[in-house]
Amino acid sequence: MENISKIQAFASKFKETNLAFTPTSIADAKNTLLHLDFPTTKTEFWKYTRLAKLAQLRLNQEKIRENEQVVAPLTDNGIVRITNGYITSFSKEIAGLTITPFSKCSEQQLSLIGKKADLKQNIFLALNTLYSQEGLFIEVEENAQIEGVFQLLFHAHGENCFAPFRVFIHVKKGSAFKLIQQFTASGEHLFSLPIVEYLVEENARISCDKLQMENASSFLLCEDYSIQKRNSTVLLNTFSISGAWVRNNSSFLIEGENCETNLNGAYLLKDLQHLDNHTIVDHIAPHCNSNELYKGILSGKSTGVFNGKVFVRPNAQKISAFQSNANVLLSDDASVNSKPELEIYANDVKCSHGSTTGQLDENAVFYLRARGLSEKSARSLITQAFIAEVVDKVEQKEVRDFIKNKLVELHDWTN
Amino acid sequence: MINIVNLHAEVEEKKILKGLNLNVKAGEIHAIMGPNGSGKSTLASILAGKEDYTVTAGNVEFDGKDLLELSTEDRARQGLFLAFQYPIEIPGVSNVNFLKSALNEIREYRGEEQISAKDFLALVKEKSALVELDSKLASRSVNEGFSGGEKKRNEIFQMAMLNPKLAILDETDSGLDIDALRIVANGVNKLRSPKNAAIIITHYQRLLDYIIPDFVHVLYDGRIVKSGGKELALELEEKGYDWIKEELASNAE
Amino acid sequence: MSNYTETDLEKDLQDQEYKYGFVTNIESDKIPVGLNEDIIRLISSKKEEPNWMLDYRLKAFAVWQTMTEPEWGHVHYEKPKFDEIAYYSAPKQSKKYESWEDVDPEMKATMKKLGISMEEQMRLTGVAVDFVMDSVSVATSFKSKLSELGIIFCSFSEAVKEHPELVQKYMGTVIPTSDNFYAALNSAVFTDGSFCYIPKGVRCPMELSTYFRINEGGTGQFERTLVIADEGAYVSYLEGCTAPQRDENQLHAAVVELIALENAEIKYSTVQNWYPGDKNGLGGIYNFVTKRGICERKSKISWTQVETGSAVTWKYPSCILKGDYSIGEFYSVAVTNNYQQADTGTKMIHLGKNTKSTIISKGISAGKSQNSYRGLVQIHKNAKNARNFSQCDSLLMGDTCGAHTFPYIECKNPSAKIEHEATTSKIGEDQLFYCKQRGLSEEKAISLIVNGYCKEVLNQLPMEFAVEAQKLLAISLEGSVG
Repeated sequence: MENISKIQAFASKFKETNLAFTPTSIADAKNTLLHLDFPTTKTEFWKYTRLAKLAQLRLNQEKIRENEQVVAPLTDNGIVRITNGYITSFSKEIAGLTITPFSKCSEQQLSLIGKKADLKQNIFLALNTLYSQEGLFIEVEENAQIEGVFQLLFHAHGENCFAPFRVFIHVKKGSAFKLIQQFTASGEHLFSLPIVEYLVEENARISCDKLQMENASSFLLCEDYSIQKRNSTVLLNTFSISGAWVRNNSSFLIEGENCETNLNGAYLLKDLQHLDNHTIVDHIAPHCNSNELYKGILSGKSTGVFNGKVFVRPNAQKISAFQSNANVLLSDDASVNSKPELEIYANDVKCSHGSTTGQLDENAVFYLRARGLSEKSARSLITQAFIAEVVDKVEQKEVRDFIKNKLVELHDWTN
Repeated sequence: MINIVNLHAEVEEKKILKGLNLNVKAGEIHAIMGPNGSGKSTLASILAGKEDYTVTAGNVEFDGKDLLELSTEDRARQGLFLAFQYPIEIPGVSNVNFLKSALNEIREYRGEEQISAKDFLALVKEKSALVELDSKLASRSVNEGFSGGEKKRNEIFQMAMLNPKLAILDETDSGLDIDALRIVANGVNKLRSPKNAAIIITHYQRLLDYIIPDFVHVLYDGRIVKSGGKELALELEEKGYDWIKEELASNAE
Repeated sequence: MSNYTETDLEKDLQDQEYKYGFVTNIESDKIPVGLNEDIIRLISSKKEEPNWMLDYRLKAFAVWQTMTEPEWGHVHYEKPKFDEIAYYSAPKQSKKYESWEDVDPEMKATMKKLGISMEEQMRLTGVAVDFVMDSVSVATSFKSKLSELGIIFCSFSEAVKEHPELVQKYMGTVIPTSDNFYAALNSAVFTDGSFCYIPKGVRCPMELSTYFRINEGGTGQFERTLVIADEGAYVSYLEGCTAPQRDENQLHAAVVELIALENAEIKYSTVQNWYPGDKNGLGGIYNFVTKRGICERKSKISWTQVETGSAVTWKYPSCILKGDYSIGEFYSVAVTNNYQQADTGTKMIHLGKNTKSTIISKGISAGKSQNSYRGLVQIHKNAKNARNFSQCDSLLMGDTCGAHTFPYIECKNPSAKIEHEATTSKIGEDQLFYCKQRGLSEEKAISLIVNGYCKEVLNQLPMEFAVEAQKLLAISLEGSVG
């Protein structure tokens, strides 16, 4: 019997997609899976995240039509439920918004998908491309200001399930769109692989809050690819609240002048959780601002990773790019790796990054206790204050409240 | 000394100066006052040669030369000094080293000998006393970690060291307490001579109690709209700028 | 330091080309090109080495053959052809130098051109100098005076013969032969270098200094330095490097090991000015160096480097903070101009409790160069109360160069406190305008601002080196603006 690679064994039970991705992308995906294997920690991009446990799983793609209804939406605006990589309930109609499953997309729409993502280097993108059974194309009409928050509820359920899904969001000229992506899981040995692409046209605006709340035996790998045209704004907030193994690869290409790009993230890890946030902000046009703020609190035996990379390409002058990563370690067995990187090829720029790692401010704890608070409340108050800076970046009050309450509940904080 | 004729200038296509005329002779002190945004600091920056501004019309003659043709450093070497409204910090470069380099480059330009270390130190001692600047500040990095008042005094100290023909003081008094103001004014007065001149840009009449100007000009909307003696400053202090605006409006009718 | 700023700088700026680009006409003893076991045996026999040294080399060579050249650096260059290098080149000499007077006059002239005239140094500064030309240490001054204190300062070859017990005990303990590709290569073929031992409780009364020079074409330089500061000892060690101007790329792969025993302190300063190649990126030295020190309890190692030369630099002077309360410091200025590439930084490995490290890195890029800071701060599980502060600044001059920052921060202990800051910016327009308004030319203004920007690092250098370094900065950046 000929030797097959780990990735081929891993994918042996998956079903090839019927979606009309471009033929080259299907061929590229196949080729990638044929020639590349799971990266090891020797690969710089995976230096701090092991894939061995994931690679051992033998997963199926299982269609569940009945929605478990375990996930409550935050508001009753537009909602699409995606369970195990299949669309299980569809949104009501919303003015200015067209939502089309990939199977019903026009050729012109499909041609936009996967344009700037490098299929040849990335096995997960290849897995998603080759095995996503369904996808969603969201189009925001020109100059439409969509009211309220639209929600994508990703849920993984069952045992040994693989849930790839692809979303393309086209935010057309002058429009504005607010989105929540929620990730939950019930069951065991689940691997969710949602990939979301954003094409943000001139003067358009999108804000997206990702709430990652999977369970203690799930794997979640999210990839976001964003392309910005001139005068556009993107805000992406990622809250990693629960889930055994979470990896976020967020890639932002800023093609137009005068764009604003804001990435924020908060992670509260405990037990054996592992979280890895990788961001790439690629400035190819001048006169843009980007800001990144990632903050984490780690306890138990959890491990956290932040790897942020900012590129400023030649001629992308007058760029302001800031990156900040702050971590608090609460237990002896928690660990954190931080790697904020700058690659700058233009001179008239202001770029900086900062990274700090430490404990809670004991003087502050003492101060609060001296004012009569119990040690527990003092610590939870300071912890909450540390994270609040990120939570406050969320634009919708109901989302902010939801996150705060969820954290209080999970971490047994006094409110 | 300096003769500004019909100066027009803009920044990023916004017109700031719209035909400014000013003639300053040796031995004179001119004060330029005016409301915020009237173009006072722009005038100072243009005279010193800051590249952000575009001169669209007019000319400036300085000591017989076409000022606008000269580079920033050559204007300085010709004897034009600008006391910055917001003095710049240069980390790691000591004040003394900075001034010694500046002084020697100016001397070289004029075909003079380099200053000896001994003479230089004597000069530093003499001039820092003039503005009551702690000699420790002279050895610290240029403006780094200085208080607002120290920065302004440092500007006057540098002026004293470089001994310019024309000094332009850009809001050197703003933000100063009365003691610092007195020290700065003293410094300027002691440097006054029949051979040099000064343009003092200010918001407040207060400084002019200490430095008595020969002329006071009101700059408004990019032009000098009113000129007078020192009593004009008092009038402005008392009545504000509105009466000038009204006067202009009624003249226009 | 301030004495230099005016006339000296002026003169230096007029002489902006690489001024160390001359070749010394000394007949040299160069072995055939190529790399195999026979060559290594030949090197070892030429140096009349004991068997244990040959074994060490052969083992390293075996390890090297299994390794591949590292690819992770942010540098692009044509890989050296290892079988086209002559691994041994020594200035031919009829007999050993008994004293300074015996040294070949050509050699003396070389040193004079390099500005390290030994007689003068002996007389004026009291710096003890070891001079390594191509592969071999040619002169060590002040030996007798040092030996009175029990200090050993000699060439590495001499140490192998005279102090085998020390060499065997410490060589390879900080940087094992298998550490990396170039360290392994060095361990197999190194020809000479400096050795220094400071006995217990002795404070070395003078700066020890080695001057490295590549003279011969078609060779590489593979030197090895081992500095041991015994308990409570102190030493300040300086290293300078130059090479002639050639169209070919020459390889310099050195290994430097520092050992600071309990309560000891080692200060290691480098001014690296290997030939950087010409304006079009032709020629220049590949500087692939492994430098690392180990700190025992309450000891301190401080690395200071001013890197202005070399076509490609790949160098991370590091500290293993093994002992409790030990301290590691790294101060660096790296300047790249034209087509130079530098990937440099440090590793601070915190193993012991209450260990402390400081990293100050100042990068300046000009021309079409690429300048990267790469640093690792690693806090191990038992390193309670470890502290690190890192400041990495990059300054860009011109819009065709690149400045990059790749910090790795790994923390496994909650009581650690790590702060890392980095900024990238260009020389401030407002700073330049301010200087010009005071009558300074643009060149002078830049030179002042750059020296100010680097001051925190330059201040760490001994006086004579600091002046040299300031001049080098100005010369390296000449013509980079406007």
